[in-house]
Amino acid sequence: MSATLRDLNPYLVLVLIGFLPNEIWRWMGVFVARGIDEKSEFLIWVRAVATAILAGVIAQLIFVPAGSLGTIPLWARLGALGVGFVVFLVFRRSLIAGVVAGEATLIAAGMAFGMAR
Amino acid sequence: MSSHAEPIEDERARALPPEGAPGWTGFAAGLKASFRSVLAYALIGTFVGYGGLCLDLGLSVWWAALSTLFIFAAPAQVILVTTLGAGTLVQAALAVTLSAIRLLPMVVALLPMIRGPQTRTRNLILPAHFVAVSMWVESLRLAPHVPREQRVGFCNGIGTGMTIMSVAGTVAGYLLAARLPPTFAAAVLFLTPMMFLVSTARGATMISDRVGFALGLAVTPGLILAGFELALLYGALLGGTLGYAAHRLRRAAA
Repeated sequence: MSATLRDLNPYLVLVLIGFLPNEIWRWMGVFVARGIDEKSEFLIWVRAVATAILAGVIAQLIFVPAGSLGTIPLWARLGALGVGFVVFLVFRRSLIAGVVAGEATLIAAGMAFGMAR
Repeated sequence: MSSHAEPIEDERARALPPEGAPGWTGFAAGLKASFRSVLAYALIGTFVGYGGLCLDLGLSVWWAALSTLFIFAAPAQVILVTTLGAGTLVQAALAVTLSAIRLLPMVVALLPMIRGPQTRTRNLILPAHFVAVSMWVESLRLAPHVPREQRVGFCNGIGTGMTIMSVAGTVAGYLLAARLPPTFAAAVLFLTPMMFLVSTARGATMISDRVGFALGLAVTPGLILAGFELALLYGALLGGTLGYAAHRLRRAAA
């Protein structure tokens, strides 16, 4: 039970702990989707939940950052996300404008913070 | 949601196959749509970050590329490689499995929209495999404008194109990682949440989706910080259900 992943063949790990745990939910989705009508109320709820999950993924990536994103302080990560979103709205829902503004804010904050350290 | 698909404002609509076109045109159109998608840039950025992470953690470039090819779910992959050194097998398996639950409602929301009366269940396994955030957002947005008999091929085309770009991004990130200054490496990793935020906000046209998304954003950080293992799932069930309630309330008031 206390074996770490390094004790196993990495390609076995890829299949057993990478591929299968993801694919199982996709296969179950195929099964559940059978017989569900495109216009059903259930599907409106499922879609709202799936959309809310994306919100959770965003929160996860910002609050529990992987790798070097963690070197940028939380307030700067949140601030950059906010700036990007406001610019997205101002520029008639342009994805590019929002992403460029958010990225520019993050890089500026990262550099300012790096210099302050 | 084919009944009230948003009109496509850009030139993309003209690239979609017409009614009665041969079977492969749906796939070709999907492939083309994936390469034109703005989300593809964020996707490449995500996997550039992931490739760098794999190098940091001492995995081979082959392993990194194959993991993207077969798993094709960035959050799960990041969890897998970050628990790889530290955690036990059971912990890692549990964490990856939990992160992947989100794929279930995404598949369930997509498939009824793309299958036709003649579509066999086994033909839906491949589009289901391709379901991941970017592919889901783009398929939901574009597939309603594609003739129904072309939609499965269309989604397979989007998925194939996005997989190719993701694997390329992984390899590029692996080879580049050591050369990026940390602030820019952070900027690459920031692409994903930033792009997810604006693309989901743009794609959410129904009140149920909008309220669900906004509440998910408001509630989930608290659940994560409180240390709930299933924070994403709780946040999504709460946000999505209240979003659905808002949809019911609005309809009852109308």
